[in-house]
Amino acid sequence: MQQAVGTTRPGAAAVPAKTKQNQGYWKRFGVFYLMMAPALIVLLINNYLPMLGSIIAFKNVNYSVGVLKSPWVGLQNFEYLFNTTDAWKITRNTLAYNAVFIVLNLIVGVAFALMFNAMRSRKLAKFHQTAMFLPYFLSWVVITYLVYGFLNPEIGLLNKTILPAFGVQHPIDWYTEPFYWMFILPIVNTWKGIGYYAVIYLAAIIGIDQEYYEAATIDGASRWRQVWSITLPLIRPVIIVLTLLQIGRIFYADFGLFFQVTRDAGALYDTTLVIDTYVYKGFLVTGDIGMSSAAGMYQAVVGFILVLVSNLIIRRVSKDDALF
Amino acid sequence: MTTIASKRKLAGVHEVSAGANAAFNIFFWIYTALCVVPLILILIVSFTDENTVLVNGYSFFPHKLSLAAFDFLLHDWYNVAFSYGVSIFVTLFGTIVCLALMTLYAYPISRRDFRHRGLFSFIMFFTLLYNAGLVPFYIMYTQYLHLQNTILALMLPYFVQGFFVLILRTFFSNSVPTALLESAKIDGAGEWRIFAQIVLPLSMPVLATVALFCTLNYWNDWFQSLLFINDNKMVSIQFRMYKAMLDLQFLSTNSQAYSAILAANPNFQLPSETVRMAMAVVGIGPIVFVYPYFQRYFIKGLTVGAVKG
Repeated sequence: MQQAVGTTRPGAAAVPAKTKQNQGYWKRFGVFYLMMAPALIVLLINNYLPMLGSIIAFKNVNYSVGVLKSPWVGLQNFEYLFNTTDAWKITRNTLAYNAVFIVLNLIVGVAFALMFNAMRSRKLAKFHQTAMFLPYFLSWVVITYLVYGFLNPEIGLLNKTILPAFGVQHPIDWYTEPFYWMFILPIVNTWKGIGYYAVIYLAAIIGIDQEYYEAATIDGASRWRQVWSITLPLIRPVIIVLTLLQIGRIFYADFGLFFQVTRDAGALYDTTLVIDTYVYKGFLVTGDIGMSSAAGMYQAVVGFILVLVSNLIIRRVSKDDALF
Repeated sequence: MTTIASKRKLAGVHEVSAGANAAFNIFFWIYTALCVVPLILILIVSFTDENTVLVNGYSFFPHKLSLAAFDFLLHDWYNVAFSYGVSIFVTLFGTIVCLALMTLYAYPISRRDFRHRGLFSFIMFFTLLYNAGLVPFYIMYTQYLHLQNTILALMLPYFVQGFFVLILRTFFSNSVPTALLESAKIDGAGEWRIFAQIVLPLSMPVLATVALFCTLNYWNDWFQSLLFINDNKMVSIQFRMYKAMLDLQFLSTNSQAYSAILAANPNFQLPSETVRMAMAVVGIGPIVFVYPYFQRYFIKGLTVGAVKG
């Protein structure tokens, strides 16, 4: 049997022993490198080589000479970017929407979980859970269709049927009024994602030892008091971890939500343009590599710092849940 | 002191009053309806006569039903079927390769006796921290790898996801006892054998969860088709749906059915709204069918703690 990584025998020549040690190591662990190789290649292609491509933001890229030979322009692209009002707008939109999403995911998720836990009929609770999770499985394209069924200005359900029922005669041109989307997008995002969060919070709540509640009931605590003083404090770690993970991603927007559901309507950009869609449009639609790569780099760097910081905080709260 | 519990005669510690329970139930029935009703609306509109839709709008109670939208799609079945094929192939092949690559990576870094597991863990998880963004990624794929209009471009971006590797590694280190591995090695098993015949069979729950997430990722993807497929042929079914919504022109200019029908009947009116909805039904259908089956495993995977955050 191979005894690989062993101690060197004193007196024996150092080189052969080390070689044997090395051979032993490779014999034992060489397989691992083989196993990891395919994934490493994929990582190289998808993540690490493109990281090298970050230099594009500092160059004036001309496809005809290629990326490597294009001239360096220092921070010029960033100057262009931050001189536009767009830079502020997309930052504000990205941060504001994500902040709202985080708050909603937390409040609605915990509320749903508490209600599911409190319902008497297990079967009914499970049924509603199943229904609640359905939107999570739908793609953003599908959801665009659903939203369109409601918001189509001429024949959608809202303008044709629901609003007139409330006495609103004048139809709203949903896809050209930026204002309403500040509400539409959070509603749609919560509708789609809440299944995920509610299930995780529910699992955490179910994991709480029943004895706490029994003791509290004996002491005369009301249901509300029990929720406030037992349930919520005990799921605090889960809440913190989930919230921090979302905060870490606060600089990244869900491309599907902001691109598909809004049908990429230009009139709505004031309230719907986020960094991700800005980069996409700048790069692949307008062909402005400079600005879009600067915006992309901006997102990558700030995003990196945020993820790092939030992860360090998670480590203090609950070590298992940290990424590293 | 008599307990409140006995006074209330509640069955269990979590039970609430009848009033509150009723309120919760009503709330959830409404919410469940909100989750299901939009899909029903799409279904009904797809079976509605086009003119009725244009005049009366989308409605749950159409005045006139019609199969014209599906008829149109049926003439154009080739494109839709091809996209289905693309989506199914990408999903199946992609998920299998995904699982293979990620489990093969997660296994060595889960082994405590592997000296360099820290380094390789870092290599994997750093990708979760820093992402160079769309521009370098796109240039990599198109200028250097020339993957535009290939089916690989639809699959490759999702082959390795740090998040899932993290889950797999955690599971492998926590749930596969080292004693088992040791005894296998004593019996002379090589690493491949240990991996395939001990680790994998023990990891079925987490493999199922990761497979489900991967499958969902691939099936719902439209972004890679948007980026890399220019000829409008090898696109996923989600992308085809997106295009149908986006561009009425798309339906009329890219449809052989349309030109054929138009040639035969110059007065033919493209049933635009209802065809879009019929397209949606065709695209959503499979998901709704498999959903009840899948969601059970999804929820199980999430709640067992296999997925953190």
